[in-house]
Amino acid sequence: MRDVAIVSFAQAPLEQPEGQTETLMLLPTITEALAAVGMTRRDVEFTCSGSADYLTGGTFTFVQMLEAAGAWPPISESHVEMDGAWALYEAWVRLQHGDVDVALVFASGRASLGASLRETLTFQLDPYYLAPIGADYVSLAALQAQAVLEHTGKTEEDLARIVVERRRDADGSPNSAVPGDATADELLKSDYVVAPLREHDIGPPVDGAAAIVLVAGDRAREVCAQPAWIAGIDHRADPHYPGVRDLTVSRSARQAGENAGVGRGGVEVAELSAVCTPEELVLADALGLGDDVAINPSGGALVANPVMVTGLARIGEAAEHVFGGGSRALGHASSGPCLQQNLVCVLEGRS
Amino acid sequence: MAERCAVVGVGMTKMSKCRDDVSMAGLVREAARRALDDAEMTWADVEAVVIGTAPDIFEGVMMPELYLADALGAAGKPIMRVHTAGSVGGSTAVVATHLIESQVHTRVLTVAFEKQSEGDTNFAFSSGRSGGVGAGGYFAPHIRAYIERSGAPAYVGPMVAVKDRKNAMKNPYAHLQIPDISIEMVMESPFVWDPIHRLESCPTSDGACAMVLTNEAGGKRAGKAPAWVHGTAVRTELGWFPGRDPVNPRGGQDCAADVYRQAGITDPRQDFDVVECYVPFSWYEPMWMENLGFAEVGSGWKLTESGATSMEGDIPVNCSGGVLSSNPIGASGMLRFAEAAQQVRGLAGEHQIDGARRALGHAYGGAAQYFSMWVVGAEAP
Repeated sequence: MRDVAIVSFAQAPLEQPEGQTETLMLLPTITEALAAVGMTRRDVEFTCSGSADYLTGGTFTFVQMLEAAGAWPPISESHVEMDGAWALYEAWVRLQHGDVDVALVFASGRASLGASLRETLTFQLDPYYLAPIGADYVSLAALQAQAVLEHTGKTEEDLARIVVERRRDADGSPNSAVPGDATADELLKSDYVVAPLREHDIGPPVDGAAAIVLVAGDRAREVCAQPAWIAGIDHRADPHYPGVRDLTVSRSARQAGENAGVGRGGVEVAELSAVCTPEELVLADALGLGDDVAINPSGGALVANPVMVTGLARIGEAAEHVFGGGSRALGHASSGPCLQQNLVCVLEGRS
Repeated sequence: MAERCAVVGVGMTKMSKCRDDVSMAGLVREAARRALDDAEMTWADVEAVVIGTAPDIFEGVMMPELYLADALGAAGKPIMRVHTAGSVGGSTAVVATHLIESQVHTRVLTVAFEKQSEGDTNFAFSSGRSGGVGAGGYFAPHIRAYIERSGAPAYVGPMVAVKDRKNAMKNPYAHLQIPDISIEMVMESPFVWDPIHRLESCPTSDGACAMVLTNEAGGKRAGKAPAWVHGTAVRTELGWFPGRDPVNPRGGQDCAADVYRQAGITDPRQDFDVVECYVPFSWYEPMWMENLGFAEVGSGWKLTESGATSMEGDIPVNCSGGVLSSNPIGASGMLRFAEAAQQVRGLAGEHQIDGARRALGHAYGGAAQYFSMWVVGAEAP
C-alpha cells in the first residue's frame, strides 16, 4: 500500500451563531485545515465528504456543501451518506492509485434540526420490522447496556465513572457540550432515560463540522513536521438486526481492528465513537485495548456527538496525538444500531 | 501502477412502476443474485460491497445500506454507501472500481437501486420541506435555451423519445414498453414542463442493478467474456453562479476529457461503438452529445436527426432504452455503466450492437453538476 498520512485536522467549535448552516460551519473549518499545511483549495486533487439528508429533513443537502469545498473549476469529488470517516476511507483508497497526492475529507451534520435524534435515527432501521415499533437508538443502546452489565458484572456506577473521566478530560474543550466537574454520585441521582441508561450515558447530539487533509508519500513530510501515517484502516459490518447478534461483543469492530493492525501493539491513544457508555466497554474489549491505552482523551462522543462528524473527528483527534509527538493512536467510527458498522484507523508517527 | 479492473458479472431487475412483489431488500438481492450468477460466483466470493442510491427520502429509510447489509451478504465485510445525486449509480461503480484498482480488494459487488414507489419523488426532488419545482421544472429552461441557441427543430426531442422507447422494446428489463409510439403521439402528449412533453420525460421506476468487479486475474479467469475498465472519472461543479453554462457544463467536458485520456480516446464518434448516456429528458441526448465531444457545439441535434444515434446508426446511443424508458434514479447511472459493459461483453441480448468493442457509460446529477463516466472495452487495456 502507498504511504498516506493525515497532515491536518480542523473541527468547528460547538459555539456557533443561531441557525448556522452546515456550509458556513464547513467554510472556515476547511480553510483552517488547508491553511495549517500551507495549502489552499486549489491544491486539493480529490475531495470526499460525509453527511446525511435525514438530519436536515431535506434532499441533496450535501450539494450545498460544495460551496465550502470550492467546486469551481470542476473538482474530482465524491460523497458518502455516512460518517465522514468513510469518506476518509474512500479518499485513502483513491490516493492508492498513485496519480494524485492530496485529498480533502470533510463531514458535517446538524443534529439540532427538526426531530430529536432518537426519532430521526429510528428511520435507519429495517422499515418493515424495526422502525414501526419505534426501536430508537437509545432504547437499543439500553438493551445493549443491560446485556453488557450482566455479562461483565459492571454496574451503573461504573458507567457513570467513565462519564466523569471523559468530562474531566474534555473540560474547557470547545467541542464539549457538558460541564467538566460532575461527580458519579451526582450523575446517578438523575432519572433513567431508558433503564439502565441515564442522560449522562448518552452523548449529547450537537451540530458539527470537521475537515482532514490527507497527503501521500514524501509530500506529507514536506508540509507537516510529524505526519500521522495511516498504518492500517479497515471497516466491517455486522448483521442489521440486534436480535441476531450477541450485543456484549462487536465482531465487526474486532475484525476491523485486526485488519487495521491494532494487535501489533503500541497504541497509546484510542479515540472511540462510543455515543453511549456501554459501547465504550464493548469496543475496548473488541479492540483488545488494555489499561495502558488512554481511551478518548478528547472526551470522545460522550461529551458531544456531532452526528456524521463523530467518527471523522475521532480519527482527527487520534492524528492530533501523533502531531504532538505520539507514536501510535487509533481512531474509530461507527454507524447503525448497537455498533452495527465499525471502522478502525491506526495512525503512527515515524521518525 | 493501478491494478486492472474487469466487470465479470452484471445483474438487473425487471423495472416497473411498482415492484410490490419484493421489499427493498428483495429488490437489491434480485439484482445482486443475478450478477453473482453471471459471474459464476457465490456470496462467499464477495470481499466488499459498495451500494448507491439517491436521497434516502425517496424510500423513507435513512442510510438504507444498514438494513440492506443482511440481504447483500455484507455481514463480516465492508459495505459503503455512495450518494452523488443522479450520478450516484455511476459514482458507486467508480468507487467499486477504485477498490480493485488500488488492490485493496480483488472481488467487489456493487449495487444501486431505487424503489420510487415507496415514496413521492417529486416531493423529494422539490427539497422536501422547502418546496420547489421538481427535476423537470429545473431542467426545462436549460432545454429551452439549448433549442434557442442551436436552432434545433422541435421534432428532435420527440425523435429521441421514440427511438429510446423503440429500443426499450428489445430490453426485457425496461419499464416503459410503448409499441405504437410515434413522434405525433409524443408531440400530442401534454407538456409536463414546457418544452418537455410527458412522453419526453423519464418515468418513475422501481429497479436495481448490480455488477461484480474483479482484478486482472479474475477477469482472465472469468467464465464469460469480461468487460475491461479502460478509465473512470468523476467531476463536480457548483450548481449556481453567474457565468456558469448549465446547458453545456464544464464539469461534463472535463470529466469526458479525463476518461478519454485514460482510455486513449481521441475521436469519440470514431472510437466508441456504442454509448449509454444519462438522458432523463429527450433533449439531453443532443445536449450531451455536444458536451461529450461527439458533435460540435450547436450541432448535436443533427446527430439525432440523421439517425446516427439509432441502433442502425454509426454511434448508437441508449440501445437499452435508457433513462427515458426506465428510471430507478439511484440505479439509473449504474444501468448506463452496466449496459455499456454488456455491449462489449456481447451479452446485451436483442439490443446488442454487433461487434461492439468499446463503450462509454455516462451519468449526471444535481443541477447538471455531478458527472461520472467510464470507458469499457472487450480487450484488456
